[in-house]
Amino acid sequence: MAQTLIHAAPAEVHSAHAHHPELSFFRKYIWSEDHKTIGLQYLFTSLFFLLVGGLLAMGVRYQLAFPNVPVPIIGGLLPRWLVQESGAIAPAGYNALFTMHATVMVFLVIMPLLIGVFGNFLIPLQIGAPDMAFPFFNALSYWLFLLSGLVILSSFFTGSSPAASGWTSYAPLSSHGAYSGAQLGQSLWCVGLFVNGLASIAGAMNYITTIINMRAPGMRMFRLPLPIWALFVTAFLLLLAVPVLSAAAAMLFFDLNFGTSFFSASSYGQPLLWQHLFWFFGHPEVYIMILPAMGLASEILAVFSRKPIFGYKAMVFALIAIGVLGFIVWGHHMFVSGMNLLLSATFSFSTMIIAVPSAIKTFNWMGTIWGGSIRFTTPMCFALAFVSMFVIGGLSGIYMASTPVDLFIHHTYFIVAHIHYVLFGGSLFAVFGAIYFWYPKMFGRMMNETWGKIHFGLSFLFFNLTFFPMHNLGLNGMMRRIADPTQYDHLRSQQPINVFITLSAFGLGLSTIPFLINFFYSMFKGQKAGMNPWESTTLEWTVPSPPGHGNFDVTPTVYNGPYEYSVPGMEQDYLPQNQPAPETARIAAH
Amino acid sequence: MPYRTFAKNGAEVKGEFLGGCQAPVLARFVGKFRAVESRCRGDRYVLPYWRLEPIYDSVPGLRLRQLPRFSALFAAAYGLFSSPLMAQTEEVRSVQNIFNPTSTPAQLINDAGLLTMLICLGIFIIVTFLLFFGVWRYRRRGSEDDTLEPPQVYGSTAIELAWTVPPIMIVIVLVLVTARTVGEIQNHQPTGNPIRVRVVGHRFWWEYQYTDDKVTTANELNVPVSYLSAPRPVELTLESADVVHGFWVPELSGKLQAVPNHSNSLWLQPSVQGTYVGNCTVLCGEQHANMLLRVIVRSPDDFQRWLDNEKKPAQTPSEVDAGRHQFLLSSCGSCHAIKGTEASGTFGPDLTHFGNRETLGSGVVKNDESNLRAWLRNPQAVKPGCLMPNMQLNETQLNNLLAYLKALK
Repeated sequence: MAQTLIHAAPAEVHSAHAHHPELSFFRKYIWSEDHKTIGLQYLFTSLFFLLVGGLLAMGVRYQLAFPNVPVPIIGGLLPRWLVQESGAIAPAGYNALFTMHATVMVFLVIMPLLIGVFGNFLIPLQIGAPDMAFPFFNALSYWLFLLSGLVILSSFFTGSSPAASGWTSYAPLSSHGAYSGAQLGQSLWCVGLFVNGLASIAGAMNYITTIINMRAPGMRMFRLPLPIWALFVTAFLLLLAVPVLSAAAAMLFFDLNFGTSFFSASSYGQPLLWQHLFWFFGHPEVYIMILPAMGLASEILAVFSRKPIFGYKAMVFALIAIGVLGFIVWGHHMFVSGMNLLLSATFSFSTMIIAVPSAIKTFNWMGTIWGGSIRFTTPMCFALAFVSMFVIGGLSGIYMASTPVDLFIHHTYFIVAHIHYVLFGGSLFAVFGAIYFWYPKMFGRMMNETWGKIHFGLSFLFFNLTFFPMHNLGLNGMMRRIADPTQYDHLRSQQPINVFITLSAFGLGLSTIPFLINFFYSMFKGQKAGMNPWESTTLEWTVPSPPGHGNFDVTPTVYNGPYEYSVPGMEQDYLPQNQPAPETARIAAH
Repeated sequence: MPYRTFAKNGAEVKGEFLGGCQAPVLARFVGKFRAVESRCRGDRYVLPYWRLEPIYDSVPGLRLRQLPRFSALFAAAYGLFSSPLMAQTEEVRSVQNIFNPTSTPAQLINDAGLLTMLICLGIFIIVTFLLFFGVWRYRRRGSEDDTLEPPQVYGSTAIELAWTVPPIMIVIVLVLVTARTVGEIQNHQPTGNPIRVRVVGHRFWWEYQYTDDKVTTANELNVPVSYLSAPRPVELTLESADVVHGFWVPELSGKLQAVPNHSNSLWLQPSVQGTYVGNCTVLCGEQHANMLLRVIVRSPDDFQRWLDNEKKPAQTPSEVDAGRHQFLLSSCGSCHAIKGTEASGTFGPDLTHFGNRETLGSGVVKNDESNLRAWLRNPQAVKPGCLMPNMQLNETQLNNLLAYLKALK
């Protein structure tokens, strides 16, 4: 199929890299244009933001369990926008906490972890390319992302409140500083998201070009590993959805600072316009945050079941279908805004249709492990957890798709439970699995299995203890975004559940510690990893760990599909993609 | 399982049990419960399955054995998803969940919700069972396993079709139920004499304008109970004065946003008397959590008495005149209106019959003397971030004002 431009003369490319001069420290670690270094920069940065977002979540949970109780020990040190004089969290401070928790987690943790880290690290390695198509843009993308993170982080230190109108920032609450009490914070939020959008667009453009143009000879589209397919579809979603958010953020910034009235209640502004723009971005965004996770999990499931992925093409078409459908479902976030019947029925239908490709994926994952020889390594445990948590999160999504049911559960804790099952139980578990899986390739050493299992066990347990009861709270009528549930007659009786959830959430927060210790300890003291510790077939495992600059000494030629495990008639139970199948092997035509 | 109180104030009620209410949804598919469906609408309230009293016999023609056998399942689903920690408070309906509907739209939503839940629960059980079974059955059992070769299955058109078609069919069923339920709620033609109320969300309180009767009140929505024999639907038009708010009374209806420069409509048809609590559901700023609302469902006569009283201007005895002067003197009237005085502000709640309200500050505290005193002394202490400033009243001014406000009946 597509023979590529770059590989028209692979030998020259290779020799160019072989005689690369030694890079200065600055070019090697700071302004590096090597996709692997950029991937690691993303990794460290977004893990840092994971801790920031996690701490904010702890604040949110503290307030919900112990409203008006001064924060112990550090209460007096907290800034004025956050706490009352007593040291207890103020209602406005609480609004800022959950707003920033969601903003940080979505834009600075999940997106960069999935797309920034694994997109950068895996795409060239798995398609057999020496680097990205546009290394300069790649580096630019990371530094813009870091800048956006710093802008958002800086809003904590302005002396006034950071953005406090929810991560959805519904106008006009967000478009008038006086309404939310966070003129500066909200402005910084807009700038941060705008810059973040630029980073995403630069990255997405790069991924698409690289995957289309720089595949190694023989790497046909239907021989691409599933993470690459997932990132490919995701990159299109980013390219089409993120500019809408950037535009909306710019308009909101003008409303806030220059007196325009795109969204404000006065002068014929249209508050509903914000909701449309935000969710036109917001729903594809949901798939931006789950599709790469699906790809990573597919890879891990196949490797540790020692079986070819079940229904490879069906998986690819399901990814594409979810991506396309993702653009016509945003209205289900707005059933409660007074949408007319025809429109809401249409959005309801298109939303439910997404259940079909999602079901296909789930069944194919089960088909993959069915009959396999499952090895319960830490990455596999996380991948299996991803599948089961995704089932719960996906099924609770059907409730939202059904307009009349949504009218009840919208804006309740049911939604909070749903989104965390998809984003934490789904995306983040897949990310953890992927970190344990590709760590040897990134750092040349294995992460400790025992500590990995401890991390998995604790986070899986506490995750479910934290988020499952939230379904219950939601059905019993507890709204989202209320600073103090105990002031409601009908919620006072639910307070024990809130306390339970908070204690579990603290447990969940602490369960990150074994991971962090393992992560940093293994970097220096971990067992040395060989080239291919997991006996995997894809191209990144055919080069040293970590791969050198330029990745491949000789441009690989690809002969097989990505998941040839337990090939009958072969000594070895796996067939790397760059190895022609021996005469004796009986593999399906691919 | 604790459960909410029955209708009070001598309400005339006929009941049926929870299981029975599911009949309409299933009826659409099996077709044979149509008779039950038509009888399920209207005057009733909901009892938990296990508290079923012979009262269901009072609905003519409705017999237990006519109802689907799924009742037990519904009850189990209810038990699973309602909290064992729920407790009862006496005055207000304390447990709010969608399985406890007392108004026609809420009932329709409940039916669709339970069907969705059952389907999802079924899928969940099957998929999770298969997943656990697969993981357990096909685990690696030592190194001899490596010499055996797992089957080389790349896929199977038959199997893949088998798990693609059922989800499509389930989706179609759910879509049809959804469309039908939404249609019934939105395309509803009110029968009987509807009460029209314009609801305006403000930061952080609710304004209610009974447009046909020129009555304006705040925070507590009074409506009549609606009987099958004499339906009185309540038609609400939702608007907002500043930011987006959300109107929600879980037991009476789904939620709907109140958006500036835009009007939405919602209808209620409550079939049981009592006080229902609700709240703003869209984050609207610092005191969003304290933007509560109450719906007081009265008997038709009681409601008429209330409405007639509301139409009158404020009449206060002369001993509280000092308070009235104080009210006008302290410029309270630039934000609040009191019919029959010069006070005609619209920025804050209308106070014409303030003395009759149950709560203060949009439901934040009970409307009694000590709370009102605290509120007048410094509203910011009771509801920090609310738009009423501290009026810096001295003790005498405060006492006069208190007496006047209490007398506004």
